[in-house]
Amino acid sequence: MTGLLPIFILLTSLVPAAITFFLRQESYRLRNALNLGGAVVKGALIVAMLVAVAGGASFETAIPLAPGLVLLLRIDALALLFVSLSATLWLLTTIYAISYLGEKPEQSRFFGFFSLCVFATTGIALSGSLISFFIFFELLTLSTWPLVAHKQDAASLRAARGYLLYALPCSTILLVAIVWLESATGPILFTDPPDLSGVDPASLRVIFALFIVGVGMKAAIIPLHGWLPAAMVAPAPVSALLHAVAVVKAGAFGVIRVIYDVFGIERVAELGVGTPLAALASFTIIWGSLRALQQTEIKKRLAYSTVSQVSYIILGVALASPFAVIGGLAHLVHQGLMKITLFFCAGIYDERAGVRSIEGLDGLGRRMPWTSTCFSIGALGMIGLPPIAGFVSKIYLGIGGLQAEAPWVLAVLGASTLLNAAYFVPLLYRLWFREIAPDAEADERAPALVGPAVAAALAAVLAGMLAASDISPLGWATLISERDYLE
Amino acid sequence: MTGPTLYALTGAALVGIGVFGLISARHLLRRVVAFNLIGSGLFVFLGAAGARGGAADPLPQALIITGIVVALSASALAVGLVVAHARASGRPALPEEDEEA
Amino acid sequence: MSALVAVLVLPLAGALATVALPGRAARIAASTAIAATLAAALALAAWVAARGVPRLEIGGWAPPVGIAVEADGLAAAMIVMTATVMAAAGLSARHMLAPGAAGARAAFGFWPLMLLLWAALNAVFVSRDLFNLYVGIELLSLAAIGLVAIEGKAAALAAAMRYMIFALAGSLLYLAGVVLVYAAHGALDAGLLTDRTPARTDGLALALMTVGLMAKTALFPFHVWLPPAHGGAPAPASAMLSALVPKASFVILLRLWFDVMPDQATEGALALMAALGTAAVIWGGLAALVQERLKLIVAYSTVAQIGYLFLVFPLAGGASAEMPWAAGAWNGAVFLALSHGLAKAAMFLAVGQWMAARGGDRLEDLRGIATAMPMTAFAFALSSITLVGLPPSGGFTAKYLIMTSAFAAGQWGWALVMAGGGLLAAAYLYRPVAVIFARAEVPDSPLPSRGRQVVPLILAGAAVALGIASAAPFDLLSTGRPQAAGEGL
Repeated sequence: MTGLLPIFILLTSLVPAAITFFLRQESYRLRNALNLGGAVVKGALIVAMLVAVAGGASFETAIPLAPGLVLLLRIDALALLFVSLSATLWLLTTIYAISYLGEKPEQSRFFGFFSLCVFATTGIALSGSLISFFIFFELLTLSTWPLVAHKQDAASLRAARGYLLYALPCSTILLVAIVWLESATGPILFTDPPDLSGVDPASLRVIFALFIVGVGMKAAIIPLHGWLPAAMVAPAPVSALLHAVAVVKAGAFGVIRVIYDVFGIERVAELGVGTPLAALASFTIIWGSLRALQQTEIKKRLAYSTVSQVSYIILGVALASPFAVIGGLAHLVHQGLMKITLFFCAGIYDERAGVRSIEGLDGLGRRMPWTSTCFSIGALGMIGLPPIAGFVSKIYLGIGGLQAEAPWVLAVLGASTLLNAAYFVPLLYRLWFREIAPDAEADERAPALVGPAVAAALAAVLAGMLAASDISPLGWATLISERDYLE
Repeated sequence: MTGPTLYALTGAALVGIGVFGLISARHLLRRVVAFNLIGSGLFVFLGAAGARGGAADPLPQALIITGIVVALSASALAVGLVVAHARASGRPALPEEDEEA
Repeated sequence: MSALVAVLVLPLAGALATVALPGRAARIAASTAIAATLAAALALAAWVAARGVPRLEIGGWAPPVGIAVEADGLAAAMIVMTATVMAAAGLSARHMLAPGAAGARAAFGFWPLMLLLWAALNAVFVSRDLFNLYVGIELLSLAAIGLVAIEGKAAALAAAMRYMIFALAGSLLYLAGVVLVYAAHGALDAGLLTDRTPARTDGLALALMTVGLMAKTALFPFHVWLPPAHGGAPAPASAMLSALVPKASFVILLRLWFDVMPDQATEGALALMAALGTAAVIWGGLAALVQERLKLIVAYSTVAQIGYLFLVFPLAGGASAEMPWAAGAWNGAVFLALSHGLAKAAMFLAVGQWMAARGGDRLEDLRGIATAMPMTAFAFALSSITLVGLPPSGGFTAKYLIMTSAFAAGQWGWALVMAGGGLLAAAYLYRPVAVIFARAEVPDSPLPSRGRQVVPLILAGAAVALGIASAAPFDLLSTGRPQAAGEGL
């Protein structure tokens, strides 16, 4: 029974997806019930498992595909961290999307692929073998593409094509890396670190680089980030999915798996590939922020901000000192909460006030207080203001940098904080201190849009304030790193 | 020169003529004839190969008869196609090789 | 055992019946023959999976005098795939080639030719005698050429003529090789030849047979006949031609190089075959990129996919045959042949329905067709996933196995061909997928019934399912496999 739990969790997204595709546009109620129901059931299953895993249990299911190809699903603490993040945000995003899409066309297709995306993300989280990881990783690419192209206008199609243009070559590179490594070691399971001693270090370094290119594209590591800002033409719920629930998170999660479960920290240190990766992540943090400064559209600025923030996670896990790892893992959740708040709000500004560019934010604070408060919380969290979650991540990363004898990390974090402030504070200033144009129409009488934003903002604050407790993201990240990685 | 050798050489010569015809001819009927020549040459050669150690081997005979039947049906289809193609296009050669036909 | 006889006799009997019986009765006879052969194929596979390899010596005569037929796992798998594709093509043809839609001649000629093609395919898959194989592939080519020419248009006739020249040349080259083998060994049975004492002419014989079969498989540079022939035939015929016909000559190549004369496989020859395959992958992919007609894109994609199949030779042949990685390459190639067959047939059948609805297969004609016919569009997209080799699909499983094998063998160049070919496939299939899913003003036109639209979807689904439930087909393939396909990595 318990062995089937991973499968049940996957089915809570797959079943709604499969049924939704065949629903008529008019079946609003059934479709909404299916998607919300799936999300709620999934949440319940995850809570049950959180309790069990905290007590030391683990769940495993293997489905053999072919000789050497085993679809292994298992639940460990790291998987749960990612699954609970994506499941929580999925629920919020579904509520938001139902309201956001209203009566727009092609909803069955949208929600079908949306659930499929979450299915793939859950699969990535639960994958216990490298090949399962790859299968779900690709499924994520394929199910995201129709969402980016959803509006079917020229800009969306261009963005969707750009997405594939990055994703397919990188996935090919990832496959080459996997096949190369597995041809030497046999199928790689995350439960049982592979014996890499038979492969010469030079090849291993190349394979590591191929892995990072393959999964790093989804994490938008520079120079593989171009698709992400372009994809902001998609509807706001899709942006939430890309930036917080699924895609970039899957990339960052992939980097964690590669470093800790495929190569192992010792091997990464031995090969000397951790520091270059940390340097690349640092470069991405700074460069992404600089690019964000230049953007005049809200969503584009947020997109570059994601490029920068996701690399915090990678920086943390690449440094590999205890505090850095915990900070990186916690930031996986923190960044998701804060960024989804920001995108929810950006979508509300667009829908309820017709505002997409930064100039349009003038004075909206008084007209849309709930939305603007949430937006401000998200933005201040990104900058690193206590007690919001982002502050906790930065502190841990900073200490982790010192632990790893890489004091330059402090400089990177400092510069990044200044830059974050530079591109977020002007927005907040406009929101709260400028006068609104007299003829502007703006209101926030849309509880199903504002509600999820408030919930996400609240979660971001709580994650920061309760960081010391065991059930906070930080607490869970500590548990992961103590139990699985740092012995 | 023994009988089988003579047969084998004849077969080889027929194949050679057929290959030459296949390469040099543009006209489709000529090509069909060339195919038949090659096929016949191979059958003659096969018959000669059967005469191992002097005694006649019945197996190649059976194979050759089967082969002739197959070749006949192939030729029939080929000629039918050539005629239909020539009627439809007005030319007894393939479009890309038309200039010399 | 009787299933083995049935898969050979039933389609042949059906072909005769459809010629002899008048109009409506002929179509009923065809449907009956299709259903019966499909059932026989499934029964045969079940028999093979449960009890091993059935062998039949026709008329009770043992080789070298008699002819033996044997259904090993490879043959059984191919026969089942063929039956699936044939049944789907037959279902589609009931409407597309009805007398009112395609003219009396095509409506009359299609059924006997299709059943004849089927009989020839099954005969090639189970035959163990080199001369019998010659008869089989000759019959196969003749039926296939007839199907290309069936509509009687000038372009189709030219395509059939070109096909004929390649096919006949290929047959004669193969026959020349067979003659040399008989001259040297006095036997043509695969089993007897495996245990022969090698002769000096064996290398030449194998080379002649191989080149002849390459021409029939349409391997680069012998591929020029394929796109016009497959692109010009009616859709159900294209489905059979692209999905099945090249596989028959490929299976003979597998048997020659892995069963009959593995001792003749020199490293250079094996590498040359894979190099031609590489050229096919690149050339077919680039040519597919620039086509404006969807059927031609799909046809050039067949050229490219055939190229992949030939990567098996250096990875599992010659000195590699005894290495642990050979099994992966051999199984991967067979898996690729199976999943390509299903996916390609699905594509052609989908395109055929779109052509009937829109009156053409230029990409511009098909803009937004997904809105009107979502199931076929979904079938096309799923088939594309298999052809590109994205998971989960039969194409991915095959790609993974072959790539792993290539890296293990230290011949990573072939793995890069697989990887690059997949990207190229993604590029040339992206255009049609984007066009059919684009938003467009959809002209009202009569649509095929849902029952007919679902046919390509079933085929495409089967191609994807091959990648998810691959354990059973793998067990089947392992029945009676050559040494190269033994226990692997």
